[in-house]
Amino acid sequence: MNYSNHGSQDTRSGFGAGLLELGRINPNVVALCADLTGSLKMDAFAKEFPDRFYQIGIAEANMIGMAAGMTIGGKIPFTGTFANFSTGRVYDQIRQSVAYSDKNVKICASHAGLTLGEDGATHQILEDIGLMRMLPGMVVINPCDYNQTKAATLAIADYHGPVYLRFGRPKVPNFTSSDAPFVIGKALHLQEGKDVTLLATGHLVWPSLLAADILALEGISAEVINIHTLKPLDTEAILKSVAKTGCVVTAEEHQLYGGLGEAVAGFLSKEYPAPLEMVAVNDSFGESGTPEELMVKYGLDEHAIVRAAKRALSRRG
Amino acid sequence: MATIDHLEAMSTQVRRDILRMVHAVNSGHPGGSMGCTEYMVALYFEAMNHTPKPFSMDGVGQDLFFLSNGHISPVFYSVLARSGYFNVSELSTFRKINSRLQGHPTTHEGLEGIRMASGSLGQGLSVALGAAATKKSNGDPSLVYTLHGDGELQEGQIWEAVLYAGGKKVDNIIAAIDANGQQIDGPTDGVLPMGDLALKFEAFGWKVLVVKEGNDMQSVVNALSEAKAMTGKGFPIALILQTSMGHGVDFMAGTHKWHGVAPNDEELKNALGQLPETLGDY
Repeated sequence: MNYSNHGSQDTRSGFGAGLLELGRINPNVVALCADLTGSLKMDAFAKEFPDRFYQIGIAEANMIGMAAGMTIGGKIPFTGTFANFSTGRVYDQIRQSVAYSDKNVKICASHAGLTLGEDGATHQILEDIGLMRMLPGMVVINPCDYNQTKAATLAIADYHGPVYLRFGRPKVPNFTSSDAPFVIGKALHLQEGKDVTLLATGHLVWPSLLAADILALEGISAEVINIHTLKPLDTEAILKSVAKTGCVVTAEEHQLYGGLGEAVAGFLSKEYPAPLEMVAVNDSFGESGTPEELMVKYGLDEHAIVRAAKRALSRRG
Repeated sequence: MATIDHLEAMSTQVRRDILRMVHAVNSGHPGGSMGCTEYMVALYFEAMNHTPKPFSMDGVGQDLFFLSNGHISPVFYSVLARSGYFNVSELSTFRKINSRLQGHPTTHEGLEGIRMASGSLGQGLSVALGAAATKKSNGDPSLVYTLHGDGELQEGQIWEAVLYAGGKKVDNIIAAIDANGQQIDGPTDGVLPMGDLALKFEAFGWKVLVVKEGNDMQSVVNALSEAKAMTGKGFPIALILQTSMGHGVDFMAGTHKWHGVAPNDEELKNALGQLPETLGDY
């Protein structure tokens, strides 16, 4: 592997670091939080910019509406709460007051997916990417590590329009470069390969690199692409890779329905039909456990990606 | 400053617009629109400092208004057009295909004067609080106004926003409640009793003005003037307007029947006969 872990960190801390830096370089950036300031790592921003930080209380619907209103007059609001409360709980508020109203709101969501861990299924949203992808005009981003989450946080302030930024709770390998630019909608080739394309997003990018190493030991050359932006999808990069390898695996910490896998399948079925295997949660809720235990139990680890790659290869023939 | 006579003449014309708009497409919400006509006319032609042209989404240095109960779009569109945000002739496109005057207001079609979409109830007060926060942050002393239905107050998000505004002492907002006592399924007290609204808002830290004659122009103008004088003192202001749904036409007034029903040809003729053309039909 051409990548090494510089030291595991949580992606939410990347968001917190990015937000603090935005506070210093962009006076229009304001932040709102629904009583999860510490969990979202927004405390440094709140401390340094108390006049630009709004503690809303446990009232997520009001938070989304207020963020929409704050854009009127030129602010760039970043809302922060868990992914579950950032999407499903406030879907209609996002739909009408943010997306349909064309407001420049950045919905920043932590503790997404199974890796939230012990709190269990009530908080482990696995449907948020699908919910947000369906909204017209919504940009959906799920970065893979600390450095990329920080870079994405900075990048979305310069983009005018609604954005959903998804990140997580546990410490995970931090392997991308701290000075890598983040371009919305531009997938990143992490590793060249010729036999199978691995398309991964968020916490599944690192396991995909591990899977590529395992496959290499068996003589299978896997191409690994980091799909940090789920919408707009970098169809050009995907098409180019799949045209070369002829089969593809998608990997995400999300339901099969509505996520990366379906997005890629929907596109490839029209443009370049090829065997496709999805690594995702199979139409079920999560449960309590450590993040590592849950990722294995629900089939979201590197071994699951290896098995999926072999299935895709055998179908391609 | 507009005279009461002129504001009343404007209200009559706006009611004609409302009825002709909903009749033309046999859909829309005339009842609530007619009940709120005095408030909307007083707001746009007397109380608010605003610049229709060129329209600025950011509205820096201007008072802002958010319609939270978006279904009464006919009165909103008529008042915006007659304030000069867009040509009154465009009122004839209401609810038709390719129109900027959608069934419920939207920013999506670029209609001047609209700063948020509304229709799904309960969201406007939160948006207004956000706009009010930005005005404070920008050092802009202008005010933010809203309008809500009384039935709309059954939405939980409203009370999140009411709690926030009172608790955080937001004092550059005036929220009006159209207390007509009616909603789609019947009288509000029958659907879900709302209790004493003034006491509820006061309990949340608001100052409340109750306007017993919400369809009397002088009363509404006076109340808005009083409400403005109460801003900037560390609490939000609620204006509870006791109105009559369908006000201005005898057979439409005081019933929920005309919440979302358009008059037929004969009913329109009868209604317009009670509302003489004052400032020219669109």
